[in-house]
Amino acid sequence: MGARKKNRPSQEVNAGSMADIAFLLLIFFLVTTTIASDKGILNILPPKLDPKVPPPDIQVNERNIFTILINANDQLLVEGEYSDTEGLDLQVKEFILNFGSPTDEEAVQLFNGLPPSLKALSKRLPESSDDPGEAVVSIKTNRGTSYETYLEVFDLVKKAYFDIYAARVNLDTDEYRALTGKDDAEVSLQDRGKEGIPMAISIAEPDKLGGN
Amino acid sequence: MSKFKKKPKSEPGISTASLPDIVFMLLFFFMVTTVLREQEILVEQKIPSATQLQKLQKKTLISYIFVGKPKNTALFGVEPRVQANDALLDPSGIRQWVNQERDMLPEADRGLITISIKADRDVKMGPISDVQYELREADARRVLYAAIGKVVKD
Repeated sequence: MGARKKNRPSQEVNAGSMADIAFLLLIFFLVTTTIASDKGILNILPPKLDPKVPPPDIQVNERNIFTILINANDQLLVEGEYSDTEGLDLQVKEFILNFGSPTDEEAVQLFNGLPPSLKALSKRLPESSDDPGEAVVSIKTNRGTSYETYLEVFDLVKKAYFDIYAARVNLDTDEYRALTGKDDAEVSLQDRGKEGIPMAISIAEPDKLGGN
Repeated sequence: MSKFKKKPKSEPGISTASLPDIVFMLLFFFMVTTVLREQEILVEQKIPSATQLQKLQKKTLISYIFVGKPKNTALFGVEPRVQANDALLDPSGIRQWVNQERDMLPEADRGLITISIKADRDVKMGPISDVQYELREADARRVLYAAIGKVVKD
């Protein structure tokens, strides 16, 4: 009781340098960080060929195949015509939705169920695809084609399909693509977009020209 | 004049007391998002850009394969090479690598393994198609072409 409390100076740690320390750490993490990006364009490769089983001999009408050739100089040949990537997605869309001669009742119903914006793309040309279920987009490259050009073309073809899917379910293309199918509502949206219009993109084995 | 007596001026300058808090917040953000690179990339990586990017729901299913010109050209030459894990592979080694990666996944997910091809934009299609051929042989048919977003000009 006798020891009276002295009037000590306040016992506080100086926190002024805290900001400096935090800044130092912050800068360290800023420099070392690489925000992991696992975004990309999804592609499903065809199954491997069994040497014992010959490849099925499927006859597809030439008009149902939209051929895109890219040569070693990154030049494009689209449906037999020299072209470039400008407007390629629209061409692909018109090809898919051509409905030249729908093969069965389902295709007719599919056409009737399309929103007007997509119906307008249907030109019913006899030399283009019969109906979306039959349409195939084929991309063929050389070994010397640059990956960047290939990806650009592949990207545009994907865009054509996603535009169609998104328009069918009344979404923006970006919104449609952002669907991951994590719940039933998203899965049903995805399925409604795709129904009857399979994403048929065929990547042909590149030929040996112009590469190693 | 005396009606408009000047108020006592408040002290000029902004209080910096909340600065550490803000900095800490940023710090925590970066600490959480950061992925310390566990493997050294031995090939050049200038990822091409594209618009139709998709994100996979399950990250654990993705295995990465890197294609590009070796950084150390004196040792590995200038031709594009394939890197998986820590080492450069020959295309013929991809099959084994895929099987190893697949074995690390839980049994139910093995069919869904996705290979993310992180290829340099200067690579030609030759090496890419070799990789794809091997992936087909290994029955890992889901491929993600890694790309970064492109700003679309209208």
